[in-house]
Amino acid sequence: MVSISNRYLPDHEAEALVEAFGPNGMRRRSLLGGGLAAGAGLVGGLTATPLSAWAAADAPAAEITVDQARTAPIPIVIPSFGPGIGEQITQVVTNDLSNTGLFKVLPGSAMSGTPDFAPYKAMGAHAAVTGGFSGSGSIRVEFRLWDVLAGQQIQGTAYTTNSANWRRIAHIMGDVIYQRMLGEKGYFDTRIGFISRSGSVHQPRMRLAVMDQDGANCRILSSTQTKLPAFSPVRDQIAFLSYASSVPRIYVFDLASGHQRIIGDFNGVPLGPHYSPDGNTLVVPVAKGSGSDLYSVNIASGAKRQITSSGGAINVSPSFSPDGSQIVFNSDKGGSPALYIMSASGGAARRLSYGSGHYGDSVWSPRGDLIGFTRISGGQFSLGVMNPDGTGERIMTQGYTVESPSFCPNGRVLAFSRGGASGGAAIHTIDITGFHERAIPTPEGGSGPTWSPLNV
Amino acid sequence: MRLKLLGALGVAALLAGCSNDHTNTGANTGSGAAVQPSGPVPGSEADLVANVGDRVFFELNQSGLSGDAKATLDKQADWLAKYPQVAVQIAGNCDDRGTEEYNLALGQRRANAARDYLVAKGSSSSRLTTISYGKDRPTATGEGEDVWAQNRNAITSVQ
Repeated sequence: MVSISNRYLPDHEAEALVEAFGPNGMRRRSLLGGGLAAGAGLVGGLTATPLSAWAAADAPAAEITVDQARTAPIPIVIPSFGPGIGEQITQVVTNDLSNTGLFKVLPGSAMSGTPDFAPYKAMGAHAAVTGGFSGSGSIRVEFRLWDVLAGQQIQGTAYTTNSANWRRIAHIMGDVIYQRMLGEKGYFDTRIGFISRSGSVHQPRMRLAVMDQDGANCRILSSTQTKLPAFSPVRDQIAFLSYASSVPRIYVFDLASGHQRIIGDFNGVPLGPHYSPDGNTLVVPVAKGSGSDLYSVNIASGAKRQITSSGGAINVSPSFSPDGSQIVFNSDKGGSPALYIMSASGGAARRLSYGSGHYGDSVWSPRGDLIGFTRISGGQFSLGVMNPDGTGERIMTQGYTVESPSFCPNGRVLAFSRGGASGGAAIHTIDITGFHERAIPTPEGGSGPTWSPLNV
Repeated sequence: MRLKLLGALGVAALLAGCSNDHTNTGANTGSGAAVQPSGPVPGSEADLVANVGDRVFFELNQSGLSGDAKATLDKQADWLAKYPQVAVQIAGNCDDRGTEEYNLALGQRRANAARDYLVAKGSSSSRLTTISYGKDRPTATGEGEDVWAQNRNAITSVQ
């Protein structure tokens, strides 16, 4: 069951703050800072201690690739971590691993010490977890990952933290298992920012919200109309477009402190902000006349630079390559909306998409290997990926509306928005292969997901 | 849900005092409101909707003004000349067959096209503001060209 914090600023207060930035506004903001804060939020910190191996020195992780696990999910035993919080931790780890489609989670009974591997082998398990939890206010969670076939410990860690952090402990354990078994960083200890939609379909309320990647801990952070949120790839910060006082402006919101500020003063109407890989720059399309051009803005200094000169074409949805050298974007300069690629400093652009229909929502995977997009053809939407040279286009899923793809930090899964003709939309995730689509439960409708980096 | 929403709006309106109230008073008049036998107040939002036409329509992914659109904007320009104290906002809207961000730019392009035409017809640009709602404020819902065509528009409203 997810709950919404109702400690956000009411419309009139937020607008007064935006207009004033005066002494009263600042005081009010700082008073409400605690209520607005929605950082990863470890209460009282977290200590991770290596556990000595009982069977042998920590063995290297099993050498199974993600591609292999897709066809043959890794059988792994996840036992109960005990009653109460222990069992909840088991459930969260189990869901994280099962949802990837890369693991086949087998239940097991709690066990301490070196396990008897024979029953695990009989079950067909390749890996097993043992551990347990103790304490109440301050809890200690012991966790060991075993290679069943070799009979060796792969990892052993004890986490000591406030019991309020039990969900994060579960996600962190899931990420350790993912990384040790597959050789890539996981993405379970992450959040998704999005627009929470409610009220009339004809004039929906659209508020900034953030939740854990599995839908837990959903919190609404604004009461003014917001659109097109973007999670910083490196820090606890979300940039978004707000219509406070009915004037579209770019805001940067610091999740830990609840502080927000306006970025840039554009000679035109700013659209959605998009971060550079180092998190220091936003690229913002600015509508003026009949088109929109891309501007890069330094978040700290506010210094702006125009990087496209479209002559009336619309340029939107810029997304950096992971090395920061290139930008893929969506432009109708060729007549209809298509995807283009150019140097991050601007200049000549090369067209990437040539299929029928319209392309948009260009987004570069953090792995660098794929560009995600939305394609609209024949009145239907498709969500796809292609190689950065424009080859290998592949559609993952289709529907009346499937859009706003955002990669998880390891590039293996996309969050997106799925909507129907009667209005309303929901946040879904899907593996880049097109399998394992699932809806993330949210209290209201959801659109515009933006996946956070791994929590710090 | 409806009651809750109305309640919230009521509180916001009370606290906001005289600041802009963006609820569409022309369309949202409650069922209990008295009917004016003499018709809408001249120069009001209701007058604009009933006697002039508050919106113009666009083709798929286009912002060009059709003959019908120009005829409606001509009437809006005349109406604005007749009521020089009135300021209006032109809101650009799109059907839902485009992405969020592209449609936000397209809606702005449509609002600007309508504004530029009104300015060319003599309306002062200082009385005209524009905004794009992209595909967030559909007039009609459902699937098909009839629905989408209604949602590709620029709507003029009294501020």
